[in-house]
Amino acid sequence: MPMFSHEARLKRQAVFDLLFRSLTRVSAFAVLVLLAAIIVSLMVGSMPAIHAFGFGFLVSSDWDPVNDKFGALIPIIGTLITSGIALLIAIPVSFGIALFLTELSPRILRRPLGIAIELLAGIPSIIYGMWGLFIFAPLFADYVEPWINKHIGTLSYIGPFFSGPPMGIGMLTAGIILAIMVIPFIASVMRDVFDVVPTLLKESAYGLGATTWEVMWQVVLPYTKIGVAGGIMLGLGRALGETMAITFVIGNAHELSKSLLMPGNSISSALANEFTEAVGDLYTASLIELGLILFFITFVVLSIARYMLYKLGQREGQAS
Amino acid sequence: MDIETVANPKIIIKDLNFYYGNFRALKDINLSIAEKMVTAFIGPSGCGKSTLLRTFNRMYQLYPQQKATGEIMLDGENILDPKQDLNMLRAKIGMVFQKPTPFPMSIYDNIAFGVKLYENLSKHDMEARVEWALRKAALWGEVKDKLKQSGTGLSGGQQQRLCIARAIAVKPQILLLDEPTSALDPISTAHIEKLIDELKEDFTIVIVTHNMQQAARISDYTAYMYLGDLIELGETSSVFTNPKRKETEDYITGRFG
Repeated sequence: MPMFSHEARLKRQAVFDLLFRSLTRVSAFAVLVLLAAIIVSLMVGSMPAIHAFGFGFLVSSDWDPVNDKFGALIPIIGTLITSGIALLIAIPVSFGIALFLTELSPRILRRPLGIAIELLAGIPSIIYGMWGLFIFAPLFADYVEPWINKHIGTLSYIGPFFSGPPMGIGMLTAGIILAIMVIPFIASVMRDVFDVVPTLLKESAYGLGATTWEVMWQVVLPYTKIGVAGGIMLGLGRALGETMAITFVIGNAHELSKSLLMPGNSISSALANEFTEAVGDLYTASLIELGLILFFITFVVLSIARYMLYKLGQREGQAS
Repeated sequence: MDIETVANPKIIIKDLNFYYGNFRALKDINLSIAEKMVTAFIGPSGCGKSTLLRTFNRMYQLYPQQKATGEIMLDGENILDPKQDLNMLRAKIGMVFQKPTPFPMSIYDNIAFGVKLYENLSKHDMEARVEWALRKAALWGEVKDKLKQSGTGLSGGQQQRLCIARAIAVKPQILLLDEPTSALDPISTAHIEKLIDELKEDFTIVIVTHNMQQAARISDYTAYMYLGDLIELGETSSVFTNPKRKETEDYITGRFG
């Protein structure tokens, strides 16, 4: 009977629909489950170290596998300092790139330059590491570090941070390589947010007789500040977690040194280097706890970045 | 030709041509703008009235493919001369746009922004200048208690008066208004029109408008443009009641456009 078959088909469709919806829902929740599982396993894995060292783990500079004494201070500082150097260099350079691409560049150059910057982001980090170790570090040691030693290392106050043997590898080198790696991210976000600034707003500032610099600095940057901050945070997130390139050039020394020219260590490179040779539960657990700390730091940074970008989106919604 | 001259010219345009790439958007424009009067440019969309306005402060120069040839004389100096200092030119010629464009900063800083580019005023003098500009723009009473608040929080009409205040704070001689009321409601529009009438005591005003009634209400001279040509310039009353050219008559009587 036609009525019956029609109902049967409707029912079958409803079942399929339900199946399909459940399937997509499961896929979506799988992400959350994975995230939680990673956190839980990191926590479980690091329990022995947490029990043994407590909060002291965060502030201790010991790293003595022979005597089973571990502390995270040196890798934490190394991670924060190399990322800090990276941002210090990358932010102004990215601003320059974005300013040039949105305001000054001839139209013909815009696309090729923009694509080149995005390609820079696609280079595998191991290649940055190799290039940093074999090409950049020797040049840096021969030409730049002696100069730094002579001219900055002798200054009072900041001198001690810039003196030491010119080895090429070290915290400063790692920071510079990181800067090169995060510039494409920050620059392309900055370019995108500068692009959405209304033409009339810029023309209003130009119409008052402002120079390009004044327009960018006093009007465009305040207008886009949340988006710019979000872009910087995304770059920071990448810098904090970067492993291979840093491992090549940071020196991997568990020593607390004032000088940025000296080798140091970062959380990610300590993990990459030492997991294979970690013997004993406490050693492994300490490394896993390092991983947990890194996870926590990047999670916080990325959450802040997301939140800022979200606020920017909200404000744009209001403006139109 | 005498229809293109006025009694007391502030700006004299000779043989002005304008190009967007290869497209000729203004064709041999000859025109004078009377000092301390309101001159309105009217005409259908795409006739070149905004383009003409944007040659006065060389705003087009932001865009590499746009160029102007000819002469625009202001106080005996050619605005289009490549040696002309653009920033000083724009100090003399203020501009207000189709939409309000408050900067993302406080009301006070919005006004002070342009002044700071040219003058190094003490805090006290700057406060006086900001108040002066806001009073001139008939906005002082509404914002005097919230100068530190963001300019973007004002209503559309207030924002546009803020932009006018910002333009006159630099003490220009000429004000260019590019359809300043096109994004505003009728009451805000009435405010701005009244303001324009007061401002012409101090400034030479050039306004581009889509709205013929607005041109008739507020301008002393009206120029009718069509497809890049200046068809007619004359006193507003005679252009609207007794146009010399057939094209103008067709447009203002609504037979066209």
